[in-house]
Amino acid sequence: MIALAAAAAPSAPVIPDFGPTDPCVTGHHLFCPGWVHDNWGSTIQPALLQHIKLTAIAVSVGFAIALLLALAADRYRPLAPPFGVLAAIVYTIPSLALFQLLVPLTGLTVTTVEIALASYTLIVLFRNTLTGLQSTPPDVLEAARGMGLSDPQMLVRVRLPLAIPAIVAGLRVAVVLTIAEATVASFIIPEGLGFQIREGIRTSFSTGILTAGGLAVLLAFTADGLLVLLQRVLTPWSRRWRVA
Amino acid sequence: MAGRVSALFGMNVFGDALGFIRDNPHLLFDRALEQLWLALAALAVSIALALPLGAWLGHRHRGSLFAINTANVGRALPTLAVLALGIVVLGLGVGFKTNLLALVVLGVPPILTNAYVAVDRVDPEPVGAALGMGMTGGQILTRVELPLALPTIFAGIRVAAIFIIATATIAGAVGGGSLGAIIVNQAAYGLDGVFGAAMCVALLALLVDGILWIVQRLLTPRGLRGRTAQPTYDTPIGTLAEAGAR
Repeated sequence: MIALAAAAAPSAPVIPDFGPTDPCVTGHHLFCPGWVHDNWGSTIQPALLQHIKLTAIAVSVGFAIALLLALAADRYRPLAPPFGVLAAIVYTIPSLALFQLLVPLTGLTVTTVEIALASYTLIVLFRNTLTGLQSTPPDVLEAARGMGLSDPQMLVRVRLPLAIPAIVAGLRVAVVLTIAEATVASFIIPEGLGFQIREGIRTSFSTGILTAGGLAVLLAFTADGLLVLLQRVLTPWSRRWRVA
Repeated sequence: MAGRVSALFGMNVFGDALGFIRDNPHLLFDRALEQLWLALAALAVSIALALPLGAWLGHRHRGSLFAINTANVGRALPTLAVLALGIVVLGLGVGFKTNLLALVVLGVPPILTNAYVAVDRVDPEPVGAALGMGMTGGQILTRVELPLALPTIFAGIRVAAIFIIATATIAGAVGGGSLGAIIVNQAAYGLDGVFGAAMCVALLALLVDGILWIVQRLLTPRGLRGRTAQPTYDTPIGTLAEAGAR
């Protein structure tokens, strides 16, 4: 038995099978479309979807909180400056530091990342929502009052709809910023396009970096465009206005 | 005392981090200085590139699409991707050059856009008066438009500075140096080191922001104060100004 194995060894050397090798990848070319095609389903698409999910949750939660804060500050004016300053202070703290400061409380989890990302959206969303609510033209308010609308009715039927352009403008900035910031989340959790970028740095793989980085920018522009469309749908009167 | 109080609340991490800061003041100070130096260099390069271009475009009232969209594109570009591009694709290597590139890419858009908007929207009446007095284009720009545009221009520089000092952490985490290098190196500095450095980064950013806020107030002529009482964290374009334009 032993002799047989020893005799067989030289004639059949064991070459580890690394699978099919792409000369483009092994040759360190700048960009390998083949790699993107081969790894789309296994690596890139999941990272892109994770990134979208991270952003969507953060902006939704941030918007819900900002809307509540703005409504509160609109009702009780003295609340506006402290809310604004608090959001500004949070925004000033660098993301990498804020992530780490939250880790002892919530661990290396998605929750940590979402808390930080949602907090960053507050400054833009709170300020834009509040300013939108407070910049209803006085004659419109007077007309609404004259029609006999109560305060809550005026808020829901007049002031909120007229604040939509300001709110959407805030959402656009918040979404684009969050998509960029979510790449930093990869220092906490191995998810999103940021993780693919870091893998690219670690392995000096330019295709991975260009793909993930390009997708992040593309995602930001797409989301921005979709929000512009949303605004057009939500405020049909502004289009008629412009034509007139 | 601090340790006991935080232990009482079940947050030993906080006390340990304070201990780390107390035990390693020199390390943290050196790293903070590194971060400040990197940020300062990046800010200087950004201003040198963006301010003249933005002011000139604003003076000629041209290229609004370019000047305004630069900020939007800049916002969408993740710094991590720029760092990766610098290291792997452009071959600048891990270190100062790549970090500087990434931070300049971050700093240019807000300065460019604000400089453009500030000069472009200067009240046309004093500009007309200056023309009537026989001033040349260059004189109008430097003696009339730039002084009147100064608060908004500085607001852009302040936004850029805050972005840069904050993001210098990430640059350090990827490219070495700065407090970011401590934050991502838990193996060497431990959890208290990571937490302590994160606290220092937050403090540093707030400190720089506070100083710049004071400078901005001092730069704003008394007559204009109160109008820009809210600290502008975002370029005037992109939030409400854009909403109004649409």
